[in-house]
Amino acid sequence: MSVQSAGRWGLIAPRGGAADGRSPAPLRARFARNRLAVAGVAVVVLFLLFCFVGPLVYSTDQTHTDLTQVNLAPNSAHWLGTDAVGHDQLGRLMYGGQVSLLVGLAAGVLATVIGTLWGAVAGYAGGWVDAVMMRVVDAGIAIPALFILLVVSAITNPGPLGLIVVLGLVSWLVPSRLVRAETLTLKNRDYVLTLRATGGTHGRAIRRHILPNAVSTIVVAATFQIADAILLIAYVSYLGLGVQPPKTDWGGMLSAGLTAAYSGRWWLIVPPGLAIILVVCAFNAIGDGLRDAFDVRGRA
Amino acid sequence: MNILTIEDLGVTFSTETGDVPAVRGVSLHVRPGETLALVGESGSGKSTVALAAMGLLPGTARASGRVAVDGTEIVGASEASLARLRGRTASMVFQEPATALDPLTRVGAQIAEVVRNHRDVSRSEAAREAVELLRRVGIPEPERRASAFPFQLSGGQRQRVVIAMAIANSPGLLIADEPTTALDVTVQAEILDLLRRLAADSGTGVLLVTHNMGVVADFADRVAVMLRGEVVETGPVEDVLLRPEHAYTRGLLAAVPRLRFSGEDAPPAEEPPVVRLRDVSVRFGRVQALDGVFLDVRPGETVGLVGESGSGKSTAARVALGLVAPASGSVSLFGADLGRVRGRKRRALLSGVGVVLQDPVASLDARMSVAECVAEPLRVHRRGMSGAERRDRVAKVLELVRLPRELAGRGPRELSGGQRQRVSLARALVLEPRLLVADEPTSALDVSVQRTVLEVIAELQRELGFACLFVSHDLAVVQEFAQRVVVMRDGRVEEQGPTMATLLRPETEYTRRLIAAVPVPDPVVQRRRRAEQQAEVTA
Repeated sequence: MSVQSAGRWGLIAPRGGAADGRSPAPLRARFARNRLAVAGVAVVVLFLLFCFVGPLVYSTDQTHTDLTQVNLAPNSAHWLGTDAVGHDQLGRLMYGGQVSLLVGLAAGVLATVIGTLWGAVAGYAGGWVDAVMMRVVDAGIAIPALFILLVVSAITNPGPLGLIVVLGLVSWLVPSRLVRAETLTLKNRDYVLTLRATGGTHGRAIRRHILPNAVSTIVVAATFQIADAILLIAYVSYLGLGVQPPKTDWGGMLSAGLTAAYSGRWWLIVPPGLAIILVVCAFNAIGDGLRDAFDVRGRA
Repeated sequence: MNILTIEDLGVTFSTETGDVPAVRGVSLHVRPGETLALVGESGSGKSTVALAAMGLLPGTARASGRVAVDGTEIVGASEASLARLRGRTASMVFQEPATALDPLTRVGAQIAEVVRNHRDVSRSEAAREAVELLRRVGIPEPERRASAFPFQLSGGQRQRVVIAMAIANSPGLLIADEPTTALDVTVQAEILDLLRRLAADSGTGVLLVTHNMGVVADFADRVAVMLRGEVVETGPVEDVLLRPEHAYTRGLLAAVPRLRFSGEDAPPAEEPPVVRLRDVSVRFGRVQALDGVFLDVRPGETVGLVGESGSGKSTAARVALGLVAPASGSVSLFGADLGRVRGRKRRALLSGVGVVLQDPVASLDARMSVAECVAEPLRVHRRGMSGAERRDRVAKVLELVRLPRELAGRGPRELSGGQRQRVSLARALVLEPRLLVADEPTSALDVSVQRTVLEVIAELQRELGFACLFVSHDLAVVQEFAQRVVVMRDGRVEEQGPTMATLLRPETEYTRRLIAAVPVPDPVVQRRRRAEQQAEVTA
């Protein structure tokens, strides 16, 4: 009855003739219709090119300090000036962006993978297994991720790889809830029941029906996770607990430039700050666009 | 003067893929005290006409032409003047009583709110009126029930509350959009009686939107038949239902399954049953879903499992499939105890079963093509089959269910409901099962589509000889297709036996009531049956 009643209230466009069932526009077309999301993709692609291809074109020394060239305003040799130890600021923005983007992407993906496995197992198994696994998630959510992140960072002083692992381990909780909810509805779909009633295995049900149908939820969750992860590393590095010099990232650059805030050296603050805002907004816009295109229910 | 006049109404929806005309050139009228039934299949535009009459079309719709309720123009009217009209001059009863009521407000308060929206009466006065309205719609102990929340009432009582809200300000026009479609047939009969009485008492004009020809015969004075957004035939109910002029109306009426009042049973099958439930009980938490159920299905026969919602018929089917484990009792499938076999043996056993479920959308994985959906049982049970053999087999089965070969590569979303159910059927039959379990396989389909799907099932059954456990709430369908019927009620088997004997000479009062409540699509016969029923009630 659901189809009929949805059509009845004009939620589904009434169909013309007997030849019925207009297929919806393909995913890419629906995504492309969301201008903000397309702009988000453009921003992310531009930043990736900037950070990873940029240094090949605009090569700078980011390992040695040059105390003869400190705190220079933007000029023809240093397009965005230099920082307090003489690194070229534009080059540093690329160099720091590599860490921010790589760690953010990897941590977001790691969190989503852990969350997906945890949530899918809990949702499909059900019963006490589900209850125990989800209480673990509840307990985890009760402790602020930022707090755990700061404590662990302060103790271990992690490099980029360590940051990825720590970030992944503190932020898989939300995706696990989303995937569990999705699995709960999918495992009772008629086509899964039909498969099981006619002798199909659980493995097949998960592989062929549940995971493929949960992909939209997972992809959307991953996009938001990446945005959150980039923001989180910025926090951690800003507080001086992230990657250590001479390596840096956008959060670390902000932190280093903080002393310059009142001395008019805007080039130390505005570029990394703007980069963080742009990339985080871009990933969020992509997530929103994907969610609308997939027609997945809201973020947790 | 007409209470509702519609002249040359056109409604167009703007969608992603361009404008779609939903209603074209519809003209009709409803006089005070008269019931006009607007009938048609899904997508015919009948509900759009009803919404247009209330000025409730969604924002994506554009209306043209003229709609007047009691002399007030609706098309192009301001929201303020529409609000004055709705609930006072014209009111509406929706299909789904569960969603038409606010779950967090007591029903008395919801009715009182409608009263106070339009009339300047005190709070206590409105509350008194609400109780009075609940009494008028036949809710027992209205003083107490007024303070109940919707979830504390049954589906039928909720629909009575919705009706109470609709008549709270004595409207001249009542628009009822499939008011009984979500209800069981005995409840449907009560609700139709109530609507008929209310309309007759107060001279209210009723626009009844429905797809059910039995309901039309039971209730309507005149009928308008819609097809693809246009009215193809209008006339008094006797003319349209008994002497239809338009070919579409004739086809529609021919497709409606009719309860028959005479017939003979075929001799019963004697072979050992393919599936046998013995004294099966199932509990879901505190609910006793099945209670001591005995059930046999023999080779080649169709057993109709009938009952109202919550009677346990679907649960019984799921027990037969091994999806639900019984708390007590035993299930044997092809002679093996389904409760004991495990692993590979159990899977091999289940490969002899095909399943078709109700929902044409949820039954197929939208991410697979039709061919992949149908091939899935082969991939599970015929691992050694080559790709070419598999494609061959799928093509053969699609042909069996009369689906064109080109559909194999399409996605389920590109198919109509009837085509999807035939894909489900193809998937169920691809392994040549000995038992087909069909749980309301055609309940979500239009009657003409239902007819073709049922005919395909019956034809293939004769050809392939599988047994069929057919779960349905529709007695007419079961009567036509089943050799034996099992009537369930509250988790128990109320009565079972050969179809004709059971449905024509029922032994229990419950089965008798169930059959009496089914409206037949013949106004003359239906009027007589109703009179008999009422005579029985008063006697």
